[in-house]
Amino acid sequence: MFNLVGFGPDGWGPALLQAALMTLALSTAGFLSGVALGVLAAFARLSGDRFARGAAFAYGALFRGVPDLLTIYLLYFGGSVALTTIAGWFGARGFVGLPGFATGAVALGVISGAYQAEVYRGAFLAIHRGELEAARAYGMSGLTMLRRIVAPQTLRYAMPGLGNVWQLVLKDSALVSVIGLVELMRQAQIGAGSTREPFIFFCAAAVLYLSIAATTGALFRRVERHSHRGLRTA
Amino acid sequence: MDVGFLVDTLSQLMRGVPLTLQLTATSVSLGFILALALALALETRRPSIVWPIRGYITAFRGTPLLVQIFLIYYGLGQFRPTIQALGLWGFFRAPFWCAILALTLNTAAYGTEIIRGGLQSVPYGQIEAARACGMSRSLAYRRVILPIALRQALPSYGNEIILMIKGTSLTSIITLLDITGIAQQIISQTYRAVEVFACAGAIYLAMNYLVAHLVAVLEHRLSPHLRAPGIETAVAIEGALH
Repeated sequence: MFNLVGFGPDGWGPALLQAALMTLALSTAGFLSGVALGVLAAFARLSGDRFARGAAFAYGALFRGVPDLLTIYLLYFGGSVALTTIAGWFGARGFVGLPGFATGAVALGVISGAYQAEVYRGAFLAIHRGELEAARAYGMSGLTMLRRIVAPQTLRYAMPGLGNVWQLVLKDSALVSVIGLVELMRQAQIGAGSTREPFIFFCAAAVLYLSIAATTGALFRRVERHSHRGLRTA
Repeated sequence: MDVGFLVDTLSQLMRGVPLTLQLTATSVSLGFILALALALALETRRPSIVWPIRGYITAFRGTPLLVQIFLIYYGLGQFRPTIQALGLWGFFRAPFWCAILALTLNTAAYGTEIIRGGLQSVPYGQIEAARACGMSRSLAYRRVILPIALRQALPSYGNEIILMIKGTSLTSIITLLDITGIAQQIISQTYRAVEVFACAGAIYLAMNYLVAHLVAVLEHRLSPHLRAPGIETAVAIEGALH
C-alpha cells in the first residue's frame, strides 16, 4: 500500500512532490498579491478620505464574510464569462476558461488581502505616536518617514499576524483544486481515483501539507525573531 | 440586471439555509464540548495525556479542511468491510455524518487552543482567592476559573463560529445540498454562475453578520463588571452610601 505513494516504478511520490511544489508556488503567489492588496486596503482604511475608508471596510467585510470556496468559484466563473464575452467579439465560439494558476493566485490574493489589511492596520496603530512626531520634528518628508520609521516597525508588529495569514493561504490553496489546477489536493484526488486507494493518498497529502506548514512556519518565526533583534523584551 | 431571476434564485437558495445552520450548530456544539474536555485535559500537564492531544491539534490545524473531509468520506470508505463489521457503516456511508465528523474534529482542534488561551488568562489571584475560600478544585473550576476563561475566550470563539459557517460550504463538494450545493445545482441548470454565486455569498454574509452581532451582544451582557456603571446604578450606590 505504501509503495503507491513511494518513489518506486509505480509510485506516485514524484507526482505528489511536484504537486506540493505547485501548492507552495500557488500559495506564495497568492500571499504576495495579498500583500499588495492588503497594504493598499490598510492605507485606505487609515486615510482621511471617507470614500476610501468605506471602500476598504466593505472589501474586508465582504471577503472575510463570504466562504473562500465561493470567492474562488465567483472569480473563476466571473472571469471566464468576461473572457468568453470578449473572445466572442473576436469571433471565438464556446467557453473560454481562465488559466487555473493565475485565477487561483488572484483569488487567494483577494481573500488574504482582506485579512492582511487588518494585520497591517493593527500593526500601524501599534507604532508609538511619539516616533512619528520625532520623525516629523527631524524634518523627514512623508516618504522618508514611511521608509525609515513606519514600514520597518509596521512589519515588525505585523509578523505574527502575517504568519497566521500565510497558514490560512496555504490551507485555502487546497480549494483551488475545484477549478482544475493540479496542485497537491487535486493530485491526491487523481491518484485516489485511478488506484482506488483514497485513504493513503489523502493521508500523504495531509502529511505534505503539514510539512509545508511546519517548515514555512519555522521560517516565519525566524523572520519574526530577526525583526525583533535589538529590542528589549520582558 | 434580471431582478426576477435574482429573487427566484435567492428564494431557492434559502432552502439550503437550514442544512447550513444544522451543520454549523451541530459541529460547533459538539466541537465545543470536545474542545472544553481537551483543554481541561491539557491542564493536567501529564505527558501521556498532553502529547496525543498536541498531535491531534497540530494535525487538524495544519491541514486543509477539504483534506480532512475527503479523508473521512472517501478515505475511510475504503475500509468498508472493517467498518461494516463494527456496525458503523450506516454512519460513514452518509455524507452528512462524515461532514459533521470532519467539521467537529476540525473546530475542536481550534477550539481547544482558544479555550486554553482563556484558561491561561485567568488571573492567578482569582484562583488563589477561590482556594482561600476553601473551594475544592472542581468547585473552583465551575464557579471561578471556567466562567472567567470562557468569557475571555468568547471573542475568538465567535470568529471560530464564523469560520465554521464558511467551512460548511465545503460539504457541497461531497454532495450535500447546503447553500453552496444548491447554488451549484441552479448553475448546472441555468449557466448563470456569477449571479447565483453572488446571491449565495450575500446569504452567507448576512448569516455571518448576524452571528458576529449576537456574539457582540453576548460579550456585552457578560461583561457588566468591565463597564462604567450606568446612571441608575451610580445613583443607587450613592443612595446606599448615605
